Amino acid sequence: MADITKQQIGAFLGKQGILIAFFAFLIGFTIANPKFLTPDNVLSVIRSSAILGVMALGVTFVVISGNLDLSVGSMMSFSTIVVLDLHDKIGPALAIPAMFAMTLALGAFIGFLVGRLKLNSLIVTLGMLSAIHGLTLTYSGGKNMDIADKEGTWFSVFGQGEALGLPVPILMFVAVAAFLGLVLSKTSFGRKVYAVGGNSTAATFSGIPRARTVFICYLISAACAATAGLIQASRSLGSQNTVGQGLELEVLAAVILGGASLLGGSGTIFKTVIGVLILGFIQNGLLLIGLQFYVQFIVTWVIIILAVWLDIAAKRGKLWSQIA
Amino acid sequence: MTDKKPVLRLENIVKTFPGVRALDGVSFSVMPGEVHALMGENGAGKSTLMKVLGGIHQPDSGTIFMGDNPVVMAGPLEAKAKGIVFIHQELSLAEELSVAENIYLGELPTKSLGRVDWAKLADQTNAILKKLNVGFDANTRVGDLSIANQQMVEIARALTVDAKAVIFDEPTASLTDSEKVVLFDVIADLQETDVGIIYISHRMEEIFKITNRITVLRDGQYQGTVETADSTEESVTQMMIGRTLDLSRTTSDHALGDMALEVRGLSCGKLYQDVSFEVRRGEVLGFYGLVGAGRTEIAETLFGLRTPSAGQILLDGKEVHITSPSDAIARGISLVPEDRKGQGLILGMNCRDNMTLPQIDALKSGPFVAEKAESKIFDTYFKQLDIRTPSWKQQVGNLSGGNQQKIVIGKWLSMHPKVLIVDEPTRGIDVGSKSEIHKLLRALASKGYAVIVISSEMPEVLHVSDRIVSMYSGRVMRTFTSEEVTEDTLIQAISGIPAKQVPDAGGVAGSDRATPVPLHS
Repeated sequence: MADITKQQIGAFLGKQGILIAFFAFLIGFTIANPKFLTPDNVLSVIRSSAILGVMALGVTFVVISGNLDLSVGSMMSFSTIVVLDLHDKIGPALAIPAMFAMTLALGAFIGFLVGRLKLNSLIVTLGMLSAIHGLTLTYSGGKNMDIADKEGTWFSVFGQGEALGLPVPILMFVAVAAFLGLVLSKTSFGRKVYAVGGNSTAATFSGIPRARTVFICYLISAACAATAGLIQASRSLGSQNTVGQGLELEVLAAVILGGASLLGGSGTIFKTVIGVLILGFIQNGLLLIGLQFYVQFIVTWVIIILAVWLDIAAKRGKLWSQIA
Repeated sequence: MTDKKPVLRLENIVKTFPGVRALDGVSFSVMPGEVHALMGENGAGKSTLMKVLGGIHQPDSGTIFMGDNPVVMAGPLEAKAKGIVFIHQELSLAEELSVAENIYLGELPTKSLGRVDWAKLADQTNAILKKLNVGFDANTRVGDLSIANQQMVEIARALTVDAKAVIFDEPTASLTDSEKVVLFDVIADLQETDVGIIYISHRMEEIFKITNRITVLRDGQYQGTVETADSTEESVTQMMIGRTLDLSRTTSDHALGDMALEVRGLSCGKLYQDVSFEVRRGEVLGFYGLVGAGRTEIAETLFGLRTPSAGQILLDGKEVHITSPSDAIARGISLVPEDRKGQGLILGMNCRDNMTLPQIDALKSGPFVAEKAESKIFDTYFKQLDIRTPSWKQQVGNLSGGNQQKIVIGKWLSMHPKVLIVDEPTRGIDVGSKSEIHKLLRALASKGYAVIVISSEMPEVLHVSDRIVSMYSGRVMRTFTSEEVTEDTLIQAISGIPAKQVPDAGGVAGSDRATPVPLHS
């Protein structure tokens, strides 16, 4: 009996390990600094995680389909710069759809390369990380972008507004998460994403179009990056060209922390949300216990490696692998 | 060997996994110099037993003895140190390294400063290779060797430790007949050294050729151990499944329906040329030929995975151009592919979702997938095909080969196809499930499906088919009816010997063999 109980615990840890780790962090940081778990702090963590979070939701689709998207950071910078520039030229009501259309075009291009031409997604999106950065600089002429009349625009509502007593970025994150969560878990498209990521050959042999499924995943990722860019632009109403630089790695970290496999075929939106929150709370907690900002980069990655290790350990029931 | 003591003895081994009693009091012993077969259907507990022996699983109760001493196999390394050596079905060699490096990997002989002593390494290796009597030397790159020779490298590696018991797990799965002979010689040599050998295989003829005793497991339970010399294939099969495998010829018991599929003069580059055949509803058409004869490629063309370079495909009498698998599926052509795990299933996905995958777009309630409809489909075929799984939530990768194949078949039956193509229906499947799948294929025909069965196993083709298309080197040699075909004529045909040497042309003309004249030449 003892053996079965142990296995059940192992299975439970394997499934819920990330939630347990999440609560362990919360408790640990709260003991270290009681300010950590106050409503104000929690809201501020979630709000500052919203931009990263929205991007991670889109990347979750790409990762489950068995691919990577390292271009989302650059794409978010692009959206931010474009929407700020167009804001003064054609007005916010037109600037937003125009920015979405341009970002989706970039996503479609990546989707075409990875889906239709079957190019390696790591190479394609790493290249696009650089190419889109160049595109942004070309577009802006390398200058920072600012809205002329910062007080008089309704555009600030996405980043600074409040509704239902909550900051709008949080509401947008929750809304996108709820919508994409339903798409992934309840629709036939979601099922196809898992099928293509689990075994793309077998999916093809079941009549599932791999190319189109992958293509749509990159569109979703681009739409999420554009939404993140919208929040970013609206929050600051001015931006550097490099605002999203490096975010692609944090996004990927959140998705992995949530437990999606980089091999494809597994992961959920809920888990990614947990991954995003863990990352946000860790970074916030480290600041609250007085660690220098720069240390965050190191600690974040140590924790991610630990999380991945514990995840694998729970799956095989042992901390160490005996087979080298 | 009566007065000798067993090298290895397992007593009353019990191993449970959540929900499954994988081993239920299994006992088993190997004498020195004995080849002991371990048999059972997939899922009978052979692999679990071997994992217990190899230290990968710990038994819940029961003891392992080596000689007189009880031992505990705490892990794979410990099992190896105690002289338990596995030769796995899937090879675990580093292809880019030499034979010698692979054999002594981790234990390379060294000189001062940790430099590898290459001369000594080559000498040691060649000494072992000489014992095995193989045709390659220590410096050959492993990736350049045939599968059979790679297996020899594994065996050579086993010989470097002081092996007490060597376990062969389906060693002949990918060997040719002549390579098998070499392997059996090596096993015979091993016997001379008083090593105990455990031999796991589904192939009866091998078991009866080389083993001394046979132990049979069924559903995790010990069924008994028999002397090979006192047994027959039937009696062993009986122990394994509780009945015997029926491979008698099929005689069609129902009238054939309309023409379902006609293929006229179909060619696909160099893969196959000028192929013509037809299948009626209610008929099983067998395709037989050597690997590379073009059988699978024809199936792939019909399923929209390849574009033919010439010829016509007629479905229900109308010419069709099949552009993709989804197009083929929409037209009512389904394919159970030869590589079940690679092409047929998404192993990490659950049983139900695998089964409903091709029609997922059609199963809608509002914007979402109708899970109730999915479960209904699963339940229907779960019962109809007698699929053994604790629940639909089980990942397909955890099922046995036979049950996996039933999931694939269920997937296509739920689409109610006009033509069902089954490529290697029972590859890697145990005897019991084999006969179930044979029955199923016949039952499908009698329900009015047009079934195409491609197989490399002659008894299987002869057993299930109403007619048999024989292929050689990309061409159809002859189409036989089940009444006229004999093993000899079939072998002649697939070896490229022209049909005119076969007597009894009258029977052919009088049969249902109106092979259409190719339109393209």
